Amino acid sequence: MESSMEKRELTCIGCPMGCQITVEMDGKEVKDIQGYTCKRGKIYAQKEVTNPTRIVTSTVRVTGNPEVPVISVKTAQDIPKAEIFDCVRALKNVTAVSPVKIGDVILHDVCGTGVDVIATKSA
Amino acid sequence: MSEYKQADIVIIGGGPAGLAAAAAARDAGEDSILILERDSRLGGILNQCIHNGFGLHTFEEELTGPEYAQRFIDMVEERKTDYKLNTMVLSIGRDKVVTAMNREDGLFQVQAKAVILAMGCRERPRGALNIPGYRPAGIFTAGTAQRLVNIEGYLPGREIVILGSGDIGLIMARRMTLEGAKVKVVAELMPYSGGLKRNIVQCLNDFNIPLKLSHTVVDIRGKKRVEGVTIAQVDSHGKPIPGTEEDYTCDTLLLSCGLIPENELSAQMGVEMNPVTKGPMVNESLETNVEGVFACGNVLHVHDLVDFVSEEAENAGRNAVKYVRAMGCPEGGKKTEAVPVLATDGVRYTVPVCVRPDYMDDRLIVRFRVGNVYRDHYIAVYLNDERILHRKRQILAPGEMEQVILDREKLRNVPDLRQIRVCLEKD
Repeated sequence: MESSMEKRELTCIGCPMGCQITVEMDGKEVKDIQGYTCKRGKIYAQKEVTNPTRIVTSTVRVTGNPEVPVISVKTAQDIPKAEIFDCVRALKNVTAVSPVKIGDVILHDVCGTGVDVIATKSA
Repeated sequence: MSEYKQADIVIIGGGPAGLAAAAAARDAGEDSILILERDSRLGGILNQCIHNGFGLHTFEEELTGPEYAQRFIDMVEERKTDYKLNTMVLSIGRDKVVTAMNREDGLFQVQAKAVILAMGCRERPRGALNIPGYRPAGIFTAGTAQRLVNIEGYLPGREIVILGSGDIGLIMARRMTLEGAKVKVVAELMPYSGGLKRNIVQCLNDFNIPLKLSHTVVDIRGKKRVEGVTIAQVDSHGKPIPGTEEDYTCDTLLLSCGLIPENELSAQMGVEMNPVTKGPMVNESLETNVEGVFACGNVLHVHDLVDFVSEEAENAGRNAVKYVRAMGCPEGGKKTEAVPVLATDGVRYTVPVCVRPDYMDDRLIVRFRVGNVYRDHYIAVYLNDERILHRKRQILAPGEMEQVILDREKLRNVPDLRQIRVCLEKD
């Protein structure tokens, strides 16, 4: 029998302890989690190996306000980690037009994630 | 001098500390407040910190820097607090005459009753790091690169080496990578990172950027533009070990090697400095040795989290109002002796450095940092020789600010309180 068991090493980000956590995976199934010292560590590890997500922050060009060449933006919710680069690439082609207010949607449904990119600065 | 104005409280700096101090002073009933800010907008360094993670303590949500700043800018605007932008403060006299200049008013002076120092900090530049090699273009502090990318919209380089693993360096490693640059390595002189763990994971590990601890830059090549750097391992004294040199080709070197409180104005007016923090020595009211001059935020000591800056600055704002109110009355003088707060056995410093129990609130937060990485140690607090706190911590690190809380009643119940001591103990 061929085994598809795989070990993944993680550093927990729950607190400054930075526990080294080892997760044993069988394909996509979590078999065992070792090395965490609190509940948060176990939850973090579980999510990180099955569905790691991040909030992505970047900037986009702005026209109509000579004082402000770019404004900062973020994904309104976290998106899958694997989509980070596609998300930033999608933003390269976006130009916002002043006036922009904090919270305005800059790009709908980025990369089909269902998540909007919104402005974090007014211009 | 074109103008000679007056204000009860003048706040030097319109970043997170100055804004929070202003809002809190206004809420305490003070309506003669003036904020002087040298940049063209309020908000300070938060404007360029576009990443998220701000405000978890203050607003219980994860905001980006500009969003966090805007909440406080809105507070100041709603309270109709006066501020002047593009205004450089040149000096503050011991008589609290603030001399400043800008394009509209020219050179002007303001007579303050109380002054709040909120100038923040700046990055240690190349000149302070003793790196050998040429002086070509392409060497930036991480914060300068952050401003270029996030505010001005320029990418300062394509192949990057970062020296120092402070949080801004880690954040910029990710930022430059997302903008299409290649970050080759982050070298850190110390055997541990000065940055937060979450930043190492989310800014370096996520993008497979190597972090080399106990390494430093020993050579910079290139005459007009950086062409490459040499990195070497260092021994336990920080000296490069011959034979461990590695060459990296790159066009840009970013420096993230520590922050220094910006205290030229404070020192000029005779404010006494703490050599450890490079910030003013303050009492429980965050007041310096110059009566009526208060300090808060990164000019006092460098913080990790802006939430704690806001909290500290609000205290400074309220204390400045109390001071202004007490000025006219005969009881206003400093009658009680200050009890020193000592930092020993692994604790590098405390803020404040002394406490007048009669002036403190019911509870006083004392913040401090440790000098090394300690595992399974206790934080202890002594009043004279009596231990009143003994709290176990699994880990303590220089990169994470710590705090203990002092109870006024406990301090008052100690007859002849001579000293308060904060220290680390093995058991």
